[in-house]
Amino acid sequence: MTALLEVSDLFKTFGSGEAETRVLRGLSLTLAVGEMAALLGPSGSGKSTLLTILGTLMKPTSGCYTMLGQDLVTADDRALTEFRNRHIGFVFQFHNLLPDFTALENVVFPTAVREGRETEQARERGRELLVRMGLEARVDFPSANLSGGQKQRVAVARALMNRPELVLADEPTGNLDRDSAMQVMDLIAEINRDEGTTFLISTHDEKIASLCARQIVVGDGLVTG
Amino acid sequence: MLYGLKIATRYLTASKAQTALLVLGVAVGVFIFIFMSALIGGLAEFILSRTVGDISHITIQAEDPDPAVLIDDDGHVLAAIERGRARTATLPDAATYLPLIKSVPGVVAVSPQIGGAGFLARGAQVAQVSVTGLEPGRESAILNLRGYIVEGSERLGSGIVVLGETLADDLSLRLGQTLRLQSSTGASAVLTVGGIYDTGNGMIDGSSVYVSLPTARTLFALPQGVTRIEIKLSDLNAADTTALRIAALTGLDAVPWTDGAEQLMEALDAQAQTGYFLKTFALITIVIGVASALLLSTYRRRPEIGIMRAMGAGRGFVIFVFVTQGALVGLLGGLSGAALGYLALLPFPSRDAFEAGTLPMDITQGSYGLAITLTVIGAILASILPARSAARVDPVTAIGQ
Repeated sequence: MTALLEVSDLFKTFGSGEAETRVLRGLSLTLAVGEMAALLGPSGSGKSTLLTILGTLMKPTSGCYTMLGQDLVTADDRALTEFRNRHIGFVFQFHNLLPDFTALENVVFPTAVREGRETEQARERGRELLVRMGLEARVDFPSANLSGGQKQRVAVARALMNRPELVLADEPTGNLDRDSAMQVMDLIAEINRDEGTTFLISTHDEKIASLCARQIVVGDGLVTG
Repeated sequence: MLYGLKIATRYLTASKAQTALLVLGVAVGVFIFIFMSALIGGLAEFILSRTVGDISHITIQAEDPDPAVLIDDDGHVLAAIERGRARTATLPDAATYLPLIKSVPGVVAVSPQIGGAGFLARGAQVAQVSVTGLEPGRESAILNLRGYIVEGSERLGSGIVVLGETLADDLSLRLGQTLRLQSSTGASAVLTVGGIYDTGNGMIDGSSVYVSLPTARTLFALPQGVTRIEIKLSDLNAADTTALRIAALTGLDAVPWTDGAEQLMEALDAQAQTGYFLKTFALITIVIGVASALLLSTYRRRPEIGIMRAMGAGRGFVIFVFVTQGALVGLLGGLSGAALGYLALLPFPSRDAFEAGTLPMDITQGSYGLAITLTVIGAILASILPARSAARVDPVTAIGQ
């Protein structure tokens, strides 16, 4: 299988001197194109830090990280922002939608910010994604008025808007009831299967993890299983 | 950047009450700016019109020849030119210069005059006066005689004299009465009082009399030429440059009204400086208000800025969104303040109808365009700091991941 991303010997240290905390200690990992993997591990094991680095929102202290053949450790902020916009989607635990915008406007954001305007083509794609998420009746709803499950589905649609190769999901169902959680996971699995999008899902939930084809266990800053 | 404009607009409309208060604050600052501009400008206009509105803006005065002596080789004085007791200099070629002066841009009136000293006598009463000969039919070219006439008419004809109310009272003169005017050259004429004026200036009302130019020629034995040419301009602030222009055109010594009016000019400058300070303070208030409101907004929207950055919005986009908010607030506040200022100035009398006891506001000097432009620029500058602060938001910290 073709590798989508590769990290090797990744270190991340916060603070210095006595306050220095090593979160990642030489972590190495490869994700293949089209994989659906769960990232497991106890709190403080470095899962969130790893996701943040993979999402190019933070740089490692040392180590290598390449995705789609691009070195993402040495790239500058502008290049990383553009790369993130085109190739990586995010789903956060608390959905993190823009509260003053409608569901559709939230979904369209990644494309609009890249193109400098909301095109009809982008709106059409956004509507399709919301329909696919079962939110056809909520397209023009202010996002602040949606339920928790609906917000998370909007967040999934937003993550998929630019057809990214990788979607990073940090506890995407952690804030949802069981039914809503399963709905969201079913959607993720469906998109992974239909469109070949790679998913890396950080979770504490064994049941959610079991829905993924691969489980990556992180412990003490390293991949342990 | 259309999308950035949309986000900025949405942020402003999302907090309507907060935005309205911010715009109102800016509008009040602009209102003060405009009000002060109209007041300071109007006041300067008022002072100038009251002090120099009725005088010649540029005067070409005939110069007496300099005293000189002619000495032969042995040191004997052959001839001596002494300065006379009375001014006798004339501008003999004035008639040829008048069309030239009239053609200079900004010149609205040119008045050739013959001036000199004389004595006004009625019975045993005698008063020393300043006599001015004016062109008949153009008596109000410089001093608005017509506007100050309280009895009779300003029209100067043969044998007619127009004098001030104070002088008329001193000599117990009434309209239609006759008097004798003797010039400093010794010539005299019997004249009839054709009009009495009251300018409110004691000097003019108590010692100036006006006769026609032909009468003045007889009195001062000047068959041709004049002793001075007075010029009025549409813009009295252009006197210095126009005087230079006239001097270059005619070769005559054209003196602007500002020569010898240094104290008045200093006072007006000081008043203008006060205005600049007040307007600057108003602008500083606007800048501080916009900056603090946007800084607060930046802080409140930190998570959203983090989300936008995570979704691929660059730092430049974030800066644009916040600077655009500042510009929109400045524009809305500027327009509202300008409209408020204009409405507030409407009830004041126009610049031509200032009255004692009212504020001499000049609605045309509100500097509306300048106020709006400076406000928008100020608001943009004020938003740069919050915008840069927003662009530096760390998405990881802001989102709380």
